[in-house]
Amino acid sequence: MKLINHTSVVKHMKPRLVINILFKSLFFAATLFGLLVLGILLYRIFTQGIDYLDMQFLQSLPSRKPEQAGVKTALIGTIWLMAVVTPISLFLGVGTAIYLEEYAKKNRFTSFIQVNISNLAGVPSIVFGLLGLTVFVRALSLGTSVLAAGLTMSLLVLPIIIVASQEAIRSVPKELREASFGMGATKWQTIVHVVLPAAIPGILTGGILALSRAIGETAPLVVLGLPLFLAFLPKSVFDMFTVLPMQIYNWTGRPQAEFQSLAAAGIIVLLVMLIIMNSIAVLIRNKYQKRF
Amino acid sequence: MKGVFTLQNSTNTFSVQEMIQLKKQKKNTSSTIEKIVPILLLFTAIVSVLTTLGIVLTLIVETFTFFSRVSIVEFFTSTKWYPFSPTQGSYGVLPLVVGTLKVTGIAAIVAIPIGLATAIFLSEYASDRTRRIIKPILEVLAGIPTIVYGFFALTFVTPLLREFIPSLEIFNALSPGIVIGIMITPMIASLSEDAMSSVPNSMREGALALGSTKLEVSLKVVLPAAISGIIASIVLAVSRAIGETMIVAVAGGSTPNMSWDLTTSIQTMTAYIVQVSQGDAGYGTTIYYSIYAVGFTLFVFTLVMNLFAQFISRRFREEY
Repeated sequence: MKLINHTSVVKHMKPRLVINILFKSLFFAATLFGLLVLGILLYRIFTQGIDYLDMQFLQSLPSRKPEQAGVKTALIGTIWLMAVVTPISLFLGVGTAIYLEEYAKKNRFTSFIQVNISNLAGVPSIVFGLLGLTVFVRALSLGTSVLAAGLTMSLLVLPIIIVASQEAIRSVPKELREASFGMGATKWQTIVHVVLPAAIPGILTGGILALSRAIGETAPLVVLGLPLFLAFLPKSVFDMFTVLPMQIYNWTGRPQAEFQSLAAAGIIVLLVMLIIMNSIAVLIRNKYQKRF
Repeated sequence: MKGVFTLQNSTNTFSVQEMIQLKKQKKNTSSTIEKIVPILLLFTAIVSVLTTLGIVLTLIVETFTFFSRVSIVEFFTSTKWYPFSPTQGSYGVLPLVVGTLKVTGIAAIVAIPIGLATAIFLSEYASDRTRRIIKPILEVLAGIPTIVYGFFALTFVTPLLREFIPSLEIFNALSPGIVIGIMITPMIASLSEDAMSSVPNSMREGALALGSTKLEVSLKVVLPAAISGIIASIVLAVSRAIGETMIVAVAGGSTPNMSWDLTTSIQTMTAYIVQVSQGDAGYGTTIYYSIYAVGFTLFVFTLVMNLFAQFISRRFREEY
């Protein structure tokens, strides 16, 4: 008796295998679609903006005449913003992560903080703008200063840094802590001298990703009321300023083709900054990966 | 002398009592540090709670001021949103909600199939090497600032679509919807891929041994097993689309209306907030307070969706 009828197996399997191949190519095409769009986007912006991108563009103040306009104020403003956001968000984020991972007891309050952080990560950035407008700009009367925007942005990126730092701290093996305690170190000494150095690559990677989010965000700054056009540089954290995305937004909103090209040139500057920061993050991650 | 000893080759002499004293002092400072540090760290942890509290309080208080001037019934039922009308402004949030839903719907239609297909390809078909190359590149898409997408929608996608749909206005719902869909695709792909990768191989092997093709394994075994993670990723991505601001502010226009036509200019909740923030609506005017009421509506939308996503991934998580 023949248990397997070869012809009927082939007859039944063939269409199923064909469908399999068909869908595989469909799935592959969908994957390529994302890459394709990325390619088109970068190509379009590059070809559109490259003519306007030169040293003069980086060193000029914004102007109503497209050929004289530049991104100097926006570039310097972005650096000011980073200088405020970096220390504040790292201090708050890493502090929270250390507290949650090393000190907090597993109780309802801790899990409340944890749930709160993941919800905060899902709040639209424009709502953070409303918070900043009410608390920092109006209630603390900081105005549309570097400080007000920096504080708003710090709160916005806080969840990213907390989650990344928590993961980094959690991945430090227990044996290291136990060895440190065994040598007579106190808890804080263990954290400072053992846990944090071991977790620093993960923390830095998260920090850089958070910072690159902060310099690319536009919506909260629009709500804070940052000027779209500013022809002087900030001298302290209490001064008015503008940033690259705001400058790009300003140019995008104008109908003339020259300003569109300027916007593209501004985008290239912004993307180059982001690429540099992300490359540093990737380098750090690759260099320190799998140490334990 | 009693209690004093000299170390050879050392210029310092220590009395044992002194050493004990020193040690005690050191211990005191370090034990103070040990006590202060957790409290300090607790305060940093509380900042995130305060942020949430600040957001909720800000929105509630300012929204209350708004509702003392505009009736809450009008806000939720009126179909007209004319806040800038000099004679009698009309504040019905529905047109803004419709605008938001139109854009979000298009984004979901673009992102869900492409995102899921990408996830299936990466998790079930692609080799380890391909996955390691493609996944980071896709994540670059998620890291591009939204203003760049807005520029792309206005200067590339809209003109391209107008080739096919001549009646398309310069500002419309279609173009920003598609671009937001592209923006959230990597989010769905990445999170769904994580969920599908965590389905144990033994389940795949069992199905393959029974004679299933890879497609049948993907669709009938892996997909159902990972469904909670997949749905959570979709809900999170859609919630992101609802809150997306710059793309719609640049390419969506500023005409709030109730029509479901995709080719005409619209205004979303986020774009309205941007429009008012840019204009000169003075502090204390009804228009100023209206952005908080709209922001509150937006906040509730996204919060509900985020909580829903968390609920799904916790409640329906399959443990293997």
